[in-house]
Amino acid sequence: MDRVLTANFDHPDVDKLPVYEGRGGYRSLKKVFSLKPEQVIEEVKSSGLRGRGGAGFGTGMKWGFVPQNSGKPIYLCVNADEGEPGTFKDRELLLRDPHRLIEGVIIASYAIRCHTAYLYLRGEFFEPYQKLEAAIREAYTKGYLGKNILGTGYDLDLHIHRGAGGYICGEETALIESLEGKRGYPRLKPPFPAVQGLFGCPTVVNNVETLSALPYILEKGAASYKKMGTEKSPGTKLFSISGPVQKPGVYEIELGYPLRKFIHEDAGGMLPGKILKAVIPGGSSVPILDASEVEQVNLDYESMNQFGTFLGSGGVIVIDEDFCLVKALKVLAKFYAHESCGQCSPCREGTGWVHKIMTRMEAGKGTPADLDLLLNLADNMTGQTICVLADSIAMPTRSYIKKFRQEFEDHVALQKCSKM
Amino acid sequence: MPKVTIDEKVVDVPEGTNLIEAARLGGIEVPHYCYHPKLSVAGNCRMCLVEIEKQPKLQIACNTKVAEGMVVKTQNPRVEKARRSVLEFILINHPIDCPICDQAGECKLQEYYMKHDLAVSRFPIEEKVHKDKAVDLGPWVMLDMERCILCTRCVRFCQEVAEVNELCVSERGDHSTLTTFPGAKLENPYSANVVEICPVGALTNKDFRFKCRVWFLKRTESVCPGCSMGCNINIDQNEGEIHRLTPRVNEEVNEHWMCDEGRLTYKPVNQKNRLRFAKMGEKDLHPDEVLRAVREMMTGVDPNLVCGIGSAQFTNEDNYALASFLKELGSSHLFYHRFEPAHPSVDDYLIKADKNPNTKGVSTLGFKEIGGDRRFKFFFVLGALPEEALNRIALEQQKKVILFNPWDEETVHYADTLLPVGTFAETEGTFTNCQGRVQRIRAAFPPPGEGRPVWQWLTHLTRLFEKPAPNYTTAPALFLSMANQIAAFRGLDYEKIGNQGMLLKG
Repeated sequence: MDRVLTANFDHPDVDKLPVYEGRGGYRSLKKVFSLKPEQVIEEVKSSGLRGRGGAGFGTGMKWGFVPQNSGKPIYLCVNADEGEPGTFKDRELLLRDPHRLIEGVIIASYAIRCHTAYLYLRGEFFEPYQKLEAAIREAYTKGYLGKNILGTGYDLDLHIHRGAGGYICGEETALIESLEGKRGYPRLKPPFPAVQGLFGCPTVVNNVETLSALPYILEKGAASYKKMGTEKSPGTKLFSISGPVQKPGVYEIELGYPLRKFIHEDAGGMLPGKILKAVIPGGSSVPILDASEVEQVNLDYESMNQFGTFLGSGGVIVIDEDFCLVKALKVLAKFYAHESCGQCSPCREGTGWVHKIMTRMEAGKGTPADLDLLLNLADNMTGQTICVLADSIAMPTRSYIKKFRQEFEDHVALQKCSKM
Repeated sequence: MPKVTIDEKVVDVPEGTNLIEAARLGGIEVPHYCYHPKLSVAGNCRMCLVEIEKQPKLQIACNTKVAEGMVVKTQNPRVEKARRSVLEFILINHPIDCPICDQAGECKLQEYYMKHDLAVSRFPIEEKVHKDKAVDLGPWVMLDMERCILCTRCVRFCQEVAEVNELCVSERGDHSTLTTFPGAKLENPYSANVVEICPVGALTNKDFRFKCRVWFLKRTESVCPGCSMGCNINIDQNEGEIHRLTPRVNEEVNEHWMCDEGRLTYKPVNQKNRLRFAKMGEKDLHPDEVLRAVREMMTGVDPNLVCGIGSAQFTNEDNYALASFLKELGSSHLFYHRFEPAHPSVDDYLIKADKNPNTKGVSTLGFKEIGGDRRFKFFFVLGALPEEALNRIALEQQKKVILFNPWDEETVHYADTLLPVGTFAETEGTFTNCQGRVQRIRAAFPPPGEGRPVWQWLTHLTRLFEKPAPNYTTAPALFLSMANQIAAFRGLDYEKIGNQGMLLKG
């Protein structure tokens, strides 16, 4: 496997332009500018690269939706608002290899004929902000950004916009609203951003990791990228693993890799004395996998779907037998209740309701009827709203209770946690 | 025009129509809170979820445009379940304080709960989120945040119709709060409209709250007398006391709105100093006595010394009756006054500088604005004259003034004879607004005491004078005569004017 994203992770000072260039950085641009934008799109399409923000939508296809004759400017928004609990992969890319992202931004912008790109950065990412700001300045100085890039006549400006701390601003249309200076409310779709996005203009929103994969794809070719991974989930992906494992952290893994192997080999296995109970494979909002499913599932979009869950953002949260799932669900419910933007009734009220039930249950005051009430609420919150934040607590709620009902029932019956 | 099938009913609707409106055209109500035909689509209440054939998820009707061949279900079990669940979510943190809520009786939350839900609450009352009560948003509106369902109609109204940034939502999730921007108040000239578009009892009108349960109110369609725009309104009254004026939809005039100033125009109707009986000097007299006295006073008078002063505050019918009465007396001296002077409160939307409802009408009837002509001795005057008009015609000096007025006020001491008439709220007739639109006003209740319409007084007078006209028994009959006599009114039909008005010719 080639290291598409993390090739520079072990090289100190690669965030400095000369070091990055010394390691082959910005070399893809020469080839990119020799192609027509449509050819770049074609190359990315044939690489099979899928959006790494969580939805896994084909990147080339997304670009293809941008109308080229609208007469309006086209914008690229870099989604660097990484906030999904359990996910910390983009942070590493921003910190350790900011120039790779900038190079990716240039490629994507050229492909969609964008001349102004915005990088929407999670507000709490102060250190990445400093690194990025410095890297962007270097890129301007060296002529990778600005007017007439590398003498090609192509212009591109890249601006950083720092968020103010809302999880929902990672949702692409809320991100656009926030970027426009408004409250971070997800927009109704249609219209989709590709047609009517930032400032009412055609807009592509791409995740940091997606863009960071572009320099490799353009330099080495789509075929090399497609050689890795599975047929429908080609390439590599970053996985951030947390929980009671020996070596938590961020790993670049070829898609299709067994989750079991990832946990037990790459991440060094469980901490001494800890027994794996469950894994949340793709960030906090996806359905949970029990230990037997963990044994069978692979790290790719299709295999995850077969097990009723999602690859998502690649935030792998390992949960051991000693950790109470009632508490886990309460913590999650608190997060989603706090982060619900409050627009849609089912989400605004439902997230808070789930949180209240879970708080009561965790404190030993749950009733047997609460479990079915939770399942019913989860159903009522699913697929009814503008964005998927309500689904993001509904899915865990449903899967935790369905797969670990006994643990919940014990908690209710004992009126306390049996794990303590 | 695309054909869509809604609940088995085929509806033919214009391109671009959303499913709520399409269903409405087919006589089907899709329940909704946040959608309003005059505001942008927010799609947040989720009440209007419907099933569309070939689409796996339920879709919100407000944000779905019709497409040829679309098949929509608005009341199958799946849609009804979703609707009940949305209602449950909206209600969990609602205080359910209908017994003390002004909105009770005209509340969409009540209505939809009764119609679509009726479920017992599964949410413990002690877990409800508490929010601010009785928040003073501005001169007109109070907010009860616990009742608010965050549909944001009011926020969008301010931004899109009033074009001001006054209201916003702050906080998130179930702590979201409707509020004014820091340092701002809800004080745009149209601010009270948010009360009517609020589907629940969150926003209440300070002028109306706690005054009357809405089911006691009787509604009469009328026109605002506050300026020459003639916004269409409803008069809501109980036992002859007006409690509020609310805007009535007329897309050609005021769309769905009215200004805050206009909402106060009912106050003088309720005032204590209404003129109840005909008066000569300080004495109350029986109508017949007064009319006889007027006839005696006018006997043998040179018609050239008689003039009629119509009013831009009175209906076309009243002014027309005055004109025909003068004509029978042999006088063609017709002037009119604008009781309300031109005013600085004006905008390019509904608020006009001319604060009189019928200036266009009275001038169309051939009345001239009061000039400096001082030769007249006998005056038939509609409504109290403004100071400036009084000076122009030197009314004070040994003149005889017969004044038709709704109020017994200090300022009309120059009148020898006072005849009580109704206000706009007690009068049947028409106003012609600044667009030249003839619009009907209707009597919500009779005027107090011996009050009667001007045209009726004049009809009685003509009988005493043994003249043929004016001789009317009803306002529509009078209108018919006016339509026959006055070119601009020709072809207009009182019934056809209906509640949306008709434009004058030319």
